[in-house]
Amino acid sequence: MDFELMITSFPKLLEATVVTLKLLSASLFFGLFLGLFFAILRLNKNIFINKFAYGYSYIFRGTPLLVQIFIIYFGLGQIEYLRTTFLWIILKEPYWCAIIAFTLNTGAYTSEILRSAFQTIKPGIIEAGKSLGISNKIIFYKIQIPIAIRQSLPAYGNEIILMMKGTSLASTVTLMDLTGVAKYIISTTFKPIEVFIVAGGIYLFMTFIIHNVIKYLEKKYSFQQ
Amino acid sequence: MELLAFGKTGWGDELFYATLMTIAVSITAMLVGFFFALIFTPLKLSKYKTLNLVGNFYTTVIRGVPELLVIYLFFFGGSGAIMYVASIFGYYEYIEINAFITGSMAIGIISGAYSTEVFRGAIQSIDKGQFEAAKVLGINKFGQFYKIILPQMLRLAIPNLSNVWQITLKDTSLISVTGLVEIMRQSYIAAGSTRDPLFFYSFAAVLYLLLTYVSMKLINKLEVRYSRGY
Repeated sequence: MDFELMITSFPKLLEATVVTLKLLSASLFFGLFLGLFFAILRLNKNIFINKFAYGYSYIFRGTPLLVQIFIIYFGLGQIEYLRTTFLWIILKEPYWCAIIAFTLNTGAYTSEILRSAFQTIKPGIIEAGKSLGISNKIIFYKIQIPIAIRQSLPAYGNEIILMMKGTSLASTVTLMDLTGVAKYIISTTFKPIEVFIVAGGIYLFMTFIIHNVIKYLEKKYSFQQ
Repeated sequence: MELLAFGKTGWGDELFYATLMTIAVSITAMLVGFFFALIFTPLKLSKYKTLNLVGNFYTTVIRGVPELLVIYLFFFGGSGAIMYVASIFGYYEYIEINAFITGSMAIGIISGAYSTEVFRGAIQSIDKGQFEAAKVLGINKFGQFYKIILPQMLRLAIPNLSNVWQITLKDTSLISVTGLVEIMRQSYIAAGSTRDPLFFYSFAAVLYLLLTYVSMKLINKLEVRYSRGY
C-alpha cells in the first residue's frame, strides 16, 4: 500500500469530481424534461405518437451508453452538412457531446419511470378532481404530476445513481472526469489498487449522499396515512 | 452494404465473430456472476452480523462504483495480483492474463452483485411456511433447497435476472477499452480504417438491439415455463 500516492492523488481526483458532477447535473436536468415529454407522449392515445415514444426509449435502453456516445461524438461529425450549421459549435466539443448522449440516455429511462408512475395513479383520484369541476389541464398539472413525481422517487433515485456511474464513460471521449483522471494516475504510476480505493471512495460517497437525499425526500413527501 | 461484405473486402465476417465474442463474454460473465451470487447471497441472509457486513460490502461497493473503474482495476491490477500470488509459490516470471479472462471476471463480479440482490429478494419473498412445512415433513437441507426453495425462487427471480442479463450484455461494450475484440472494439477498428464511424457505430447499435431483442424473447419463454401452475 502506497499511502503517499493516495494522499497526493486525492486533491487531483477531487478536482475531477467537479467535472463529473457538472456532467451529471446537466444531463439530469435536461433528461428530466425530455423524460417527462416522452412519458406524456407514451400516454397519448394516438398510436403513431405512442409508438414513436416507445421506439425512442427502446433504442436508448437497448444499446450500451458507450455506443451512443461514440455515435454522437465520432459519428455525427462525419455528416458534412452538420459541419456548416451552428450545431457544429456544440457537436465539436466532447463535453457537449457527452451531455447530449447522457441526456438522451437518461431521458429514455426517466420516461419509462414516469410513465409507469402515471399509470399507477388510481383513476378515483382523477375522477374526484373531475367531479369537483376542476379542468383537465389543472388536474394534470396539480394532481397527476405531483403524485407521479412522488411515486417515481425511489426508481428515479436509482436512475440518478446509474447515471452517476454512466458519466464515467465521458473519459472515453477525452474528458478528464473522475474516472479519466483515475485512469491517468493508474497508467502513470501502475498502482491500480490505491487509486481505485480513493476514486471508488469518492464515488461511493456520492452514492451515499444521493441515496440519503432521496430517502429524505421520500419521507417528506410520503402520503399521510 | 459493401462495407459489410464477408471475406477480405468487407467487415461482415469480422463483425460476425465480434458478435460471437460479445455473446461469449456475456455468458461467461453471467456464470461468473452466478458463482459470486452463490457465495454472497447466503452471506447476506445469514444470521451473523459480520457475514452480513461482508455481503453488504460487496454489493454496495460494486453497485456504487462505475463499471469502467472496476474494469481498469482488473486490467491494470489483474496480472500484478496473479504475479504476487505466484511469487508466494516461488514463481517469478512475468504472467500476462488474457483479455477475455480479465474482461469476463470484471463484468462477472459486477453482474454478481446485481444477481446477489435478485436472489436475496427472491428468497426473502418466499413464504416462511414453505420452509417450515419442508422441515416438518422431515426433508433434509439439500432437498429443502433443491426441491422446494429453488423452483419457487427461480420463478420470482427470472424477470429480474433478465434485467441483470441486459445490464451484463451492455456492460461488455466497456471491455473494448482493454483491447478485447468484441462488437465495440471491432467497430472502432473498422471505423478507424474506413473513416466511416457513423455507419459502423450505428451498425454496432443495431447488433446490440438485436441481441437484447432475441434474448428477451428467449427469456420470456423461460418465464412462461417456470410460472406453470400459477
